[in-house]
Amino acid sequence: MFETTALNRRNERVQHAFRLLFGLMTVVLIVPVVLILGVLIWKGGPALSIDFLFTDPRNGMTEGGILPALIGTVWLVTVALLASVPVGVAAALYLSEYASDNWLTRIINLAIINLAGVPSIVHALFGLGAFVLFFGFGTSILSASLTLAVMTLPVVIVSTRESLQAVPLAFREACWNMGATRWQTIRRVVLPNSVSGILTGVILEVSRTAGETAPIMFTGAAFFLPFLPQSVFDQTMAMSLHLFVVSTQVPDVPEHLPYGVALTLIGMVLVMNAASIAFRTYLRQRRKW
Amino acid sequence: MDSPAQAAQPSAAASGSKLAIRTQALNLWYDTFQALFDVDLDVKQGIITSLIGPSGCGKSTFLRSVNRINERLGYVRTTGRVDVLGHDIYAPSVELVQVRKHVGMVFQRPNPLPLSVRENILFGLRVHADGEQRLDRERQGQIVQEALEQVLLWDTVKDQLGEPALRLSLEQQQKLCIARLLPLKPSVLLMDEPCSALDPQATSAVEELIWELRGRYTILIVTHNMAQARRASDECIFMLMGKVIEHGATDEVFVTPEQQETANYIEGRYG
Repeated sequence: MFETTALNRRNERVQHAFRLLFGLMTVVLIVPVVLILGVLIWKGGPALSIDFLFTDPRNGMTEGGILPALIGTVWLVTVALLASVPVGVAAALYLSEYASDNWLTRIINLAIINLAGVPSIVHALFGLGAFVLFFGFGTSILSASLTLAVMTLPVVIVSTRESLQAVPLAFREACWNMGATRWQTIRRVVLPNSVSGILTGVILEVSRTAGETAPIMFTGAAFFLPFLPQSVFDQTMAMSLHLFVVSTQVPDVPEHLPYGVALTLIGMVLVMNAASIAFRTYLRQRRKW
Repeated sequence: MDSPAQAAQPSAAASGSKLAIRTQALNLWYDTFQALFDVDLDVKQGIITSLIGPSGCGKSTFLRSVNRINERLGYVRTTGRVDVLGHDIYAPSVELVQVRKHVGMVFQRPNPLPLSVRENILFGLRVHADGEQRLDRERQGQIVQEALEQVLLWDTVKDQLGEPALRLSLEQQQKLCIARLLPLKPSVLLMDEPCSALDPQATSAVEELIWELRGRYTILIVTHNMAQARRASDECIFMLMGKVIEHGATDEVFVTPEQQETANYIEGRYG
């Protein structure tokens, strides 16, 4: 009565086939990542040097380093985060901890999701209209960073809200029952227990911000500027735009140069992601539940 | 531990007839569903009163209206009057934070905060002392020790004060949840099935503790477990479909109930 039947064998074959299919898809997913990294290291590796990172481009950007672009990207990302994180976290706190579930809240949530789906070139035009022209910030780091901030805001809000909602309701109830106000509950219990998740979201946004080209192209990034920005009202070079420029806009660029720029950009992003994972692990260990 | 039944008589006399909680014509709606109908109850000070009744009879709802935690839901509407120690807690001038301070609540599942044992005890004080003068460490230690001694937990956790409260056993966690209310010097402790997540041994330990706290605090305890109500309360309230059917000394309610519904419930015919 316990022998294998024909039906058992067929089920078994189907199950193996699906397992193989799903496994293959996973491999397909990983291959491009490995290839990209491999090609970049192979072709761009020789370009990397201390000089490459810390000197200005020379000779119509066909020689020299990438210092202004590197520093420019750091400026852009930092200012964008300074704008988007406080606003995004505050909005998420409002939506998660204060707002009641009514039609207005639902419309706000819908708007956030839609904002996340707006193409970056549209954000670029919005930034040009709003920050460069209307507010009169000109093409500057400020305009470009604010454009990037608007673009990343929905993701910061959504990821923060998810981290906040991962804190069990029982903790909040316990606080309220001891007479804690909402703010005391947030400050003493909710935020300390969600900060690792919030930071993860924020740092992942850093890497996305660093790579964006379209939103900064009209709003603050320059084709070529052989000096470093002095304030947020200056224009700046940026890694992503510089990569575009040396790949397509300048003749006679040695092959290894664009690859070196790309490798540096990816390296920055990987370092930031690694830092975020390390930091999250550290915070999780401190967490008490 | 004394047998509750024997101890009940003298203490009820000792605490006199002072009322801890008095409700008059208390009605409560969840949206359109009415959960409480004209509840008039007098809960005496310093004794343990148990609330029994089948699921959905409104006993937890009643409990939750005594510290106004129901209002968090937003769609709750209440009419009538709830007095705690002679003060109407639904009066417009009432500060919710003060209500919660004087009327503490213990939940079904132990819910210590994700903080150390010590910080759990001090949490209430910290919340209520925000911005005011801070307690020095010595005084803090004293408060923690007093609270833990009152819940019979000091001896077992005195060496783990800095450890996460969530690493304690469930029994210890539930005792801690009671202990953290005490530094605020509450007058009433509301307990919503405080033993239902615990094993039998832990249950009897927590029951013993509740009995220990009797006299110092007015305790109102919701329970599904009739044996528990019988052995660990002075007075007993039986509710059905949002109405109070019977309220009297526990012994009388269990031995000679006045209402037929009460008798049926106690005999296990429904619920």
